[in-house]
Amino acid sequence: MATATTELDLNDPRRRPPLVTGEQDLHSITETVSKIAERPKPPRAWYVAFAIASSLTLMFFSLIGYLVYEGTGIWGNNSPVFWAWPIVNFVFWVGIGHAGTLISAILFLFRQNWRTSINRFAEAMTIFAVICAAIFPGIHVGRVWFAYWLFPLPSTDLAMWPNFRSPLLWDVFAVSTYGTVSLLFWYMGMIPDLATFRDRATGKIRKMLYGIFSLGWTGSARHWSRYEIAYGLLAALAAPLVLSVHTIVSFDFAVSQLPGWHTTIFPPYFVAGAVFSGFAMVVTLMVPAREFFGLKDLVTMRHLENMNKIILATGSMVGYAYAMEFFIAWYSGNGYEQFAFVNRAFGPYAWAYWTMVSCNLLAPQLFWFRKVRTTPWMMVVICIFVNIGMWFERFVICITSLSRDFLPSSWGYYSPTKIDVLMLLGSFGLFFTLFLLFCRYLPIVAMSEVKAYLPDAQPHGDDHH
Amino acid sequence: MHRLRRTVRQSRPDAIQENFNPSIVRIQGFQAVVPLQPYFGLLAEFTEPEDLVAAARTVHEQGYVRVEAYSPYPVEGLSESLGFTRSRLPLLVLIGAFLGGIGGYCLQYWVAAVEYPLNIGGRPLNSWPAFIPITFECTILVAALFAVLGMLALNGLPQPHHPLFNVPEFANYASTDRFFLVIRADDPQFHETRTRELLESLKPMAIYEVPWV
Repeated sequence: MATATTELDLNDPRRRPPLVTGEQDLHSITETVSKIAERPKPPRAWYVAFAIASSLTLMFFSLIGYLVYEGTGIWGNNSPVFWAWPIVNFVFWVGIGHAGTLISAILFLFRQNWRTSINRFAEAMTIFAVICAAIFPGIHVGRVWFAYWLFPLPSTDLAMWPNFRSPLLWDVFAVSTYGTVSLLFWYMGMIPDLATFRDRATGKIRKMLYGIFSLGWTGSARHWSRYEIAYGLLAALAAPLVLSVHTIVSFDFAVSQLPGWHTTIFPPYFVAGAVFSGFAMVVTLMVPAREFFGLKDLVTMRHLENMNKIILATGSMVGYAYAMEFFIAWYSGNGYEQFAFVNRAFGPYAWAYWTMVSCNLLAPQLFWFRKVRTTPWMMVVICIFVNIGMWFERFVICITSLSRDFLPSSWGYYSPTKIDVLMLLGSFGLFFTLFLLFCRYLPIVAMSEVKAYLPDAQPHGDDHH
Repeated sequence: MHRLRRTVRQSRPDAIQENFNPSIVRIQGFQAVVPLQPYFGLLAEFTEPEDLVAAARTVHEQGYVRVEAYSPYPVEGLSESLGFTRSRLPLLVLIGAFLGGIGGYCLQYWVAAVEYPLNIGGRPLNSWPAFIPITFECTILVAALFAVLGMLALNGLPQPHHPLFNVPEFANYASTDRFFLVIRADDPQFHETRTRELLESLKPMAIYEVPWV
């Protein structure tokens, strides 16, 4: 029934579809969202997914243990490709992490109220993706037990300080700041909803844990007032931060002098790609989650369609950047630069390049059709393609340039080892494990925010719709 | 004083009951004159946000100051109707941003130009353009920490217990779909019957006495 209403609303261009469908009120929203975490047993699919994901996580950490024991020789990294899969995985995961804070900060500042149903979900994804991302450079340093040397800590055993002129150090600050601010944003937004969980909790342990993490929130008007100020300021601070993170990640490449890396288009190109892949991941996870947890009235087709439009827009920006890179390589008249790009498209890694182009540029173009934008299985298929494509984009950037630098005598061909592949798989396991735990124990829709945008929620009528 | 009262209330609830009348509480060698009211305050329950805002405005206009309104989500104009219009939080965040930015730059300057000078391609030791990204990140980081921790500190959170949770209706529904207004018994204007009559005139769904324990 509810889906039928959604279709009708979507097809009627004269009025904006409501943010939530079905007869929703304050009570029913609380029920719908809280029930997910309160039911004694999650759906069977959750157990199956958790079994797979947690096994992969276990494998990931075992492989990290093996890496610490054996050294980085277990990877395919070798001269001239020292930045191989670990860095590709790092850039990929940081990119995935861009959707959450974009939705919570930038869409908040633009008063895109539809974001309220999906922001919690996407913020959680951001944090888990940043955790996966942070692991890779951490283990890529080789001697993992010295990873803290990345930070400017006064250390007696080193008697040295990091070089602040290096983009690699900028990256340490950018990613750790991004992780911290995303965590703050996510947690602060969750306090009122955790208070709801606390008030509804029946078991002693649940009541105590939700009680501790909701910090004694009462919902007083003065508290809400300061909370909203803090939320707005945090959004204003996080908005430039989102844009800065992948900008700085792109500096890791752009500030070097390697052909194919040393380009000024990298920052905007990386940011667009990050938003693109992040939104694709949100849609990939959102479609099954709303199915299994009965959230179709809160996360409506309108939400999914809006996200698909953003994927289409950012995908086209990425496609434009691909074309512009070629144009600039030709226009610059620089032989090395021209070679780097011809080599990308027609050299030994052409298979990766064309995988990237077809997944990133062609697949999302199908979103021009409303039918594709509003059919769940079609959007999931396209979004999985986008994620594959975005992983390959980082592979192409990283590997092709390194394997063909200025000196033909140092050229090589990089291939990953089995352990490289398993570690990438393992990082997906970690991501999904954290995500499934989040779905099981925490409020996956921002109840208090959705409530505030219900038609009768505010004293002066329903001008929100 | 306030802290002592709270300690007494939480650690020895029975002590309050016994010692209530003399309004002097002796506990573990401490002695305090405690201005204990018979109860924390009067709590009115509403079902509609409009009613709560109207009630809050009326009570505020009547000159009550120790009044607070509670809602499951931010209601527009509610805190203003209680006369709460300004917060120091934006100033705190600005201070945080300055501390972060200046601190971040100074850290880099001190490391790169004073403590461990490195000649990188003949660039100046204080190569400020290369220090901008980290200065920016530190600005955002410290400002964001000030925003969240400042919000919690100004709100007096975390707060392990609040007497309002002794009212089951508040504890169960305040974060779901009910709207509450409390007038504290220590308000200078508070009067057992007159305040109750005022609340009754606002047509709440119910009125509760909020017990201390």
